[in-house]
Amino acid sequence: MAEKSFKVIDETGIHARPASMLVSVANKFQSDINLIHNDKKVNLKSILGVMSLGIGKGEEFKISTEGSDEQDALDALENTLKSEGLAE
Amino acid sequence: MSVLQGIAASSGISIAKAYCLVEPDLTFSRNTVDDVEIEVERFQSAIAITKGELESIQEIAKKELGAEEAAIFDAHILVLTDPELIAPIEDKIKTEQVNAEHALEETTDMFIMMFEQMDNEYMQERAADIRDVRKRILSHLLGVKVVNPSEISEEVVIIAEDLTPSDTAQLNRNFVKGFATDIGGRTSHSAIMARSLEIPAVVGTSDATEIIKDGDIIIIDGLNGKVHINPSDEIIAEYKVEQENFEQQKLEWAKLVNEKTVTADGHYVELAANIGTPEDLEGVTNNGGEGIGLYRTEFLYMGRDQLPTEDEQYEAYKKVLEGMDGKPVVVRTLDIGGDKELPYLNLPTEMNPFLGFRAIRLCLEELDIFRTQLRALLRASSYGNLKIMFPMIATLEEFREAKAILEEEKAKLQDQGTAISEDIEIGIMVEIPSTAVLANQFAKEVDFFSIGTNDLIQYTMAADRMNERVSYLYQPYNPAILRLVKMVIDASHREGKWTGMCGEMAGDEIAIPLLLGLGLDEFSMSATSILKARTQIKGLKKSDMEELVNEAIQMGTAEEVMQAVKTRCNL
Repeated sequence: MAEKSFKVIDETGIHARPASMLVSVANKFQSDINLIHNDKKVNLKSILGVMSLGIGKGEEFKISTEGSDEQDALDALENTLKSEGLAE
Repeated sequence: MSVLQGIAASSGISIAKAYCLVEPDLTFSRNTVDDVEIEVERFQSAIAITKGELESIQEIAKKELGAEEAAIFDAHILVLTDPELIAPIEDKIKTEQVNAEHALEETTDMFIMMFEQMDNEYMQERAADIRDVRKRILSHLLGVKVVNPSEISEEVVIIAEDLTPSDTAQLNRNFVKGFATDIGGRTSHSAIMARSLEIPAVVGTSDATEIIKDGDIIIIDGLNGKVHINPSDEIIAEYKVEQENFEQQKLEWAKLVNEKTVTADGHYVELAANIGTPEDLEGVTNNGGEGIGLYRTEFLYMGRDQLPTEDEQYEAYKKVLEGMDGKPVVVRTLDIGGDKELPYLNLPTEMNPFLGFRAIRLCLEELDIFRTQLRALLRASSYGNLKIMFPMIATLEEFREAKAILEEEKAKLQDQGTAISEDIEIGIMVEIPSTAVLANQFAKEVDFFSIGTNDLIQYTMAADRMNERVSYLYQPYNPAILRLVKMVIDASHREGKWTGMCGEMAGDEIAIPLLLGLGLDEFSMSATSILKARTQIKGLKKSDMEELVNEAIQMGTAEEVMQAVKTRCNL
């Protein structure tokens, strides 16, 4: 299992557009991918799940991946978060 | 085949397939299914079709609206394929042995509720995305079509109950060749829209959406207000000839776009356009408008939940003034109240709205609203040739008060160093008979008059223009009306001022010869009527029309006047 923590820097938080991006990236991988925020865990391949957390600016969350391509998946998600200026 | 009669809202003829813009019936009941595997398959195939549909809409949206706007469909497609949504629905079908429609509704309801309860407004709105996706899946499960005007890819005429501004924004102008609606009149949004898009339209057909089916062949006759449904080949052939003639005539008119409007005996008049928003300017230019005779500022205040700010108004006025490039622009201050409601002002309902608390009466009470608009106008004045007009003036005191407030705001702005044009003319709408009768007094104080015939006629004849049972009293050619118009024009000329007209009458081919004879200086009408009017006026002699109108005002009935004009002008 691989995991990493992030902090949201985007003004509007993880809203529909960034959520769509993350889910699209997650869907490319075989691994189970979860997003953990305030003790709530959701499937990162589910846009409704991700949006339901309503993560706002300045809040922290964790991504965990488990499966054959877990490290690649985590790297790809980290890359998206940073290049889009969503989280650090 | 059958023919519907409605109101001719925008001239021209179009022949195309019907596209019915109606909300689909998505009702269903909960059923028990025997073979759950087949039901799951049925559900999965609806998802697959919906996905294809969304992807093609997304493609079109990318091309038409840009990637930014199309991104919303990314989210919709992800919702559609969301494992946390799909798996529970399939489970429900299997464990409860229910139909897919029911499982879909119950499961999506749960998510919709969850989003609606979030304390973030943005997230609450996501519930709408889920609803939208659900509607699409349901439509495929039930085999009914969800209308989606943005996907239209062939020439059609739109059939709708009514068209809202957001409906029209979605219409692809290359393919929409006309429309017919159930409700509305010549001044409803859909009619105004059709004229500014220059496509034929018939409104107020009562039951077009009931009778017309998708794919029916439709003729929209925007000249006579008729809608033909699946007409015979002979009728189609006749209309094709008429369509050709109309196009030919439009080409003839178009030659006059850059010409002045001068009568056969050398008298010049100004042909101006009535507009509602800065977007209408293009139509004014394309149709050779020599100015704006009526800018209805109400549209800035409508379709929203709070008053427009001074800056918002300033931007709109500036855009119109700059767009007209020094040509005259007559802006009417807020004409709201009575039948034109602004819900956020919380005005009480009146028994007699046309005679009630509206227009200048409201502005002189609600001074904040009035002053904000005047400041926005004054600030914009340096960008063009602005003229300010107060609506519904009944007494000289009202005019004096309104003008004094305008002067106060002007002085305040000038103290702050704001540049304001020194040549702003200040005039009034003449639509109340008392003002027409007393025009010689008003003419000493105003810079111009603009006769609003729609209201002047209803007040003079005491006939509500919304009431069909008294519509026979709406008589623009009644000698009583002509005499009032004459009083106003003569009064202005004696004081060296000018008179315009901004009601429907100014663009009417029977009225034009009479108004020309009375010496009207400015005719303001729908942009698309301008070239036709210019053609007509170029063929008339003012001296002949003076003779004609002098006879007309001595006649007893509107009918006699109409016959006299028709005979004299070969109409």
